[in-house]
Amino acid sequence: MPARMVAVNRILEREQLAPHVFRIRVEAPLIAEERRPGQFVILQIDSEFGERIPLTIADADPEEGSITLIFQAVGKSTQQLAALNVGGKIANLLGPLGRPTEIKSFGRVIAVGGGIGVAPMFPIVQALKREGNRITTIIGARTRELVILESEMRSVSEELIVCTDDGSYGRKAVVTEPLAELCRSERLPDLVVAIGPAIMMKFCVETVRHHDIPVMVSLNTIMVDGTGMCGGCRVTVDGETKFVCVDGPEFDGRLVDFNNMLKRLEAYRDQEERRLHECRIEEVRE
Amino acid sequence: MSRATPELLEREATRLLNSIEGAELTRKQRLEIPQQTIPAQDPVERRSNMSEVTLGYTEAQARLEAARCLQCKNAVCVEGCPVGVDIPSFIQAIEDGRYAEAIAIIHRTNILPAICGRVCPQENQCQATCTVGKVHKDPLKAVSIGRLERFVADYERSTQGSGVPEVKPETGKRVAVIGSGPASITVAADLRREGHAVTILEAFHRPGGVMVYGIPEFRLPKAIVEDEIHTLERMGVEIRTNFLVGRTRRLHDLFDKDGYDAVFIGSGAGLPKFLGIEGENLVGVFSANEFLTRSNLMKAYDREHAETPIFQPRKVAVFGGGNVAMDAARTAVRLEAEEVNVIYRRTRTEMPARAEEVDNAEEEGVRFHFLRSPKRILGNEDERVVGVECLAYELGEPDDSGRRRPVPIPGSETVIEVDTALVSIGNDSHPLITQTTPELETNKWGNILTDENGKTSMDRVYAGGDIVLGAATVILAMGEGRKAAASIHELLTSDSDDSA
Ligand SMILES: Cc1cc2nc3c(=O)[nH]c(=O)nc-3n(C[C@H](O)[C@H](O)[C@H](O)COP(=O)(O)OP(=O)(O)OC[C@H]3O[C@@H](n4cnc5c(N)ncnc54)[C@H](O)[C@@H]3O)c2cc1C
Ligand code: SF4
Ligand code: FES
Repeated sequence: MPARMVAVNRILEREQLAPHVFRIRVEAPLIAEERRPGQFVILQIDSEFGERIPLTIADADPEEGSITLIFQAVGKSTQQLAALNVGGKIANLLGPLGRPTEIKSFGRVIAVGGGIGVAPMFPIVQALKREGNRITTIIGARTRELVILESEMRSVSEELIVCTDDGSYGRKAVVTEPLAELCRSERLPDLVVAIGPAIMMKFCVETVRHHDIPVMVSLNTIMVDGTGMCGGCRVTVDGETKFVCVDGPEFDGRLVDFNNMLKRLEAYRDQEERRLHECRIEEVRE
Repeated sequence: MSRATPELLEREATRLLNSIEGAELTRKQRLEIPQQTIPAQDPVERRSNMSEVTLGYTEAQARLEAARCLQCKNAVCVEGCPVGVDIPSFIQAIEDGRYAEAIAIIHRTNILPAICGRVCPQENQCQATCTVGKVHKDPLKAVSIGRLERFVADYERSTQGSGVPEVKPETGKRVAVIGSGPASITVAADLRREGHAVTILEAFHRPGGVMVYGIPEFRLPKAIVEDEIHTLERMGVEIRTNFLVGRTRRLHDLFDKDGYDAVFIGSGAGLPKFLGIEGENLVGVFSANEFLTRSNLMKAYDREHAETPIFQPRKVAVFGGGNVAMDAARTAVRLEAEEVNVIYRRTRTEMPARAEEVDNAEEEGVRFHFLRSPKRILGNEDERVVGVECLAYELGEPDDSGRRRPVPIPGSETVIEVDTALVSIGNDSHPLITQTTPELETNKWGNILTDENGKTSMDRVYAGGDIVLGAATVILAMGEGRKAAASIHELLTSDSDDSA
């Protein structure tokens, strides 16, 4: 009897959405069956020396037994993931992790997705819409070619506002500008959802703080196990320590200590820069 | 402190052994045989490698150490052993050079001797009560039972490799075993031997529990744990890694969707405790679990190959006095920290760590600050650690555990300058399964409640090891596994009888 049962985690489809941004569909029947919006996986490309990286599940097809991941190839591990072709295998894939998003009827919702954060936002907005919420979506990106999932987002939103930093597409603005305007109108939203870089989430929270509206954020801290056993992902929420991987990843942003989180995100900056530098040198050599 | 080289120790032991070989030794003569020092890597050299520190007895040393045993009629050592290994018999077999028999005797009650010989706190168990230690009025002079256990286990591994236990014909019953630490390994082996189909469900990508992610290579070589896992695999135990019960599948779905006949929970005490003091979320503060997992499981100590980064410690404070704290401190030493300070609330006598590891840590240059406890961690404007403020303590009245309670001395604050703090004050039970299975009854610390047979409040669900005991030991986890496996086997047998 062959003993070690390793799920195959085969890549079924691979597509490049934008420079450095990829979408893959991966065979993962158990995860597809259990997964709900807001949850993530941890994957590892190489069992021996690979890093465990968390990625939000962008979509899942329980019939087919597959999940969709969208990621930006920024570090060495995500570059390796991007280099896998259809039929390639991800050595280890664990999930679904984290608590699912609370999906219910809130009323009027503003969804703010920045950069790659639009990917985890999509299933949440989709589910919120199914519950009858009326959604305005703001997508922010550095430049035109980095705008992802625009048509998908449009299909589930009543209104869609696209902003780019350089004005190459949509409005030349950062996402907090339309967010502030929408909150100035007569009817305040009942909920703001903001997913993107930590700094963007922090400013979204600041933008609406005086309105007394809950701002749901999905935190992307450093993780190791993703199961609650290392505390590397901890953040301060309302003065208490929380583990993002098991207590989150979503929290009311008004209670999150973003300054501490931003610093913690940089804990390994030196090492990472060194590694990335090394791997660039390797690329040049090749 | 300089250590005798292994060659010297072997030569000395051989000489002595030859001089007594064949003679009928009196009690007095046995008591005169010097306790055998365990050969170890040089303390300076080992500061910069991850290889095992203690090298194990040579054959002559083992036989000589075995000859120290008095073969007591009422072997008090056995009472001290949590699983009741027949200690005098296996030691006699070693003295006679019958090593295969010695290991067979141990295997009757302990399936992981190569591991237990290395990590059991023998000085609080079998060796605490040993007559030889009593006679010498020094428990540390007891027969080195653990080192002898390790010797025969290693002897077996090096000569024939551990054999595959016989498996009875398939019963058609299926058991899911959650986790792959010592409790789960024991349950899997015992139930598989009875012919039940066993599947281990492990959250991590590598099986072995704390023995692979927590305890470092320099204390427990991973190859030993891997061998035990391979033995299970060769017996036909199925191992599914990357499977988190509570998320990948809920506990009751293991019955409803997957049709298992029984479930064992051995999910351990994986939730790191923090002190709840100011500055604990600064950059540079890590739980020992995180630091050790990065180094061991993710191999971050191998900076050349590993993708997982680890914080480069320079001056380190380690909070705690148990095995976890020693492992964290000694890992920091090996990651080239300049200075490693262990800060412990009580004194050396109360330290729960294995005595040998405290000595080893000291030899490697770890500094100990007793009767001190961190009050807050200080950071700079970048939220990086720059120091820890400690309060001095004195020992007061004994508490419930019988250890004297440390009492803070007001106004005694001092600051130690560090850039890394490793919180090693212990672990609580892993909460995910109980959170997602409300039917499971727990105590106020979140440990799963079981009856004396290891059965939980849920039908067909058993539990054991750290998830029941709170952070404990490998051998207790194994003992709990044994007990639960016996009850599960009984349950499955009565199922078959009912349906017959
Ligand atoms: C750093 C350190 C040093 C130690 N040193 C010693 C020592 O020297 N001597 C000694 O005797 N003891 C020592 N201990 C304690 C000893 O390791 C534990 O008591 C023992 O391993 C407990 O065994 P267990 O089988 O209960 O669980 P564990 O070994 O904790 O294994 C539990 C396993 O379950 C998995 N798991 C958890 N939740 C789930 C889930 N929901 N689904 C699937 N899998 C799950 C975990 O990933 C883990 O692999 C040490 C502990 C640590 C942390
Ligand atoms: S108590 Fe000590 S001397 Fe007596 S049998 Fe046990 S190991 Fe031997
Ligand atoms: S990633 Fe380890 S506890 Fe969250």
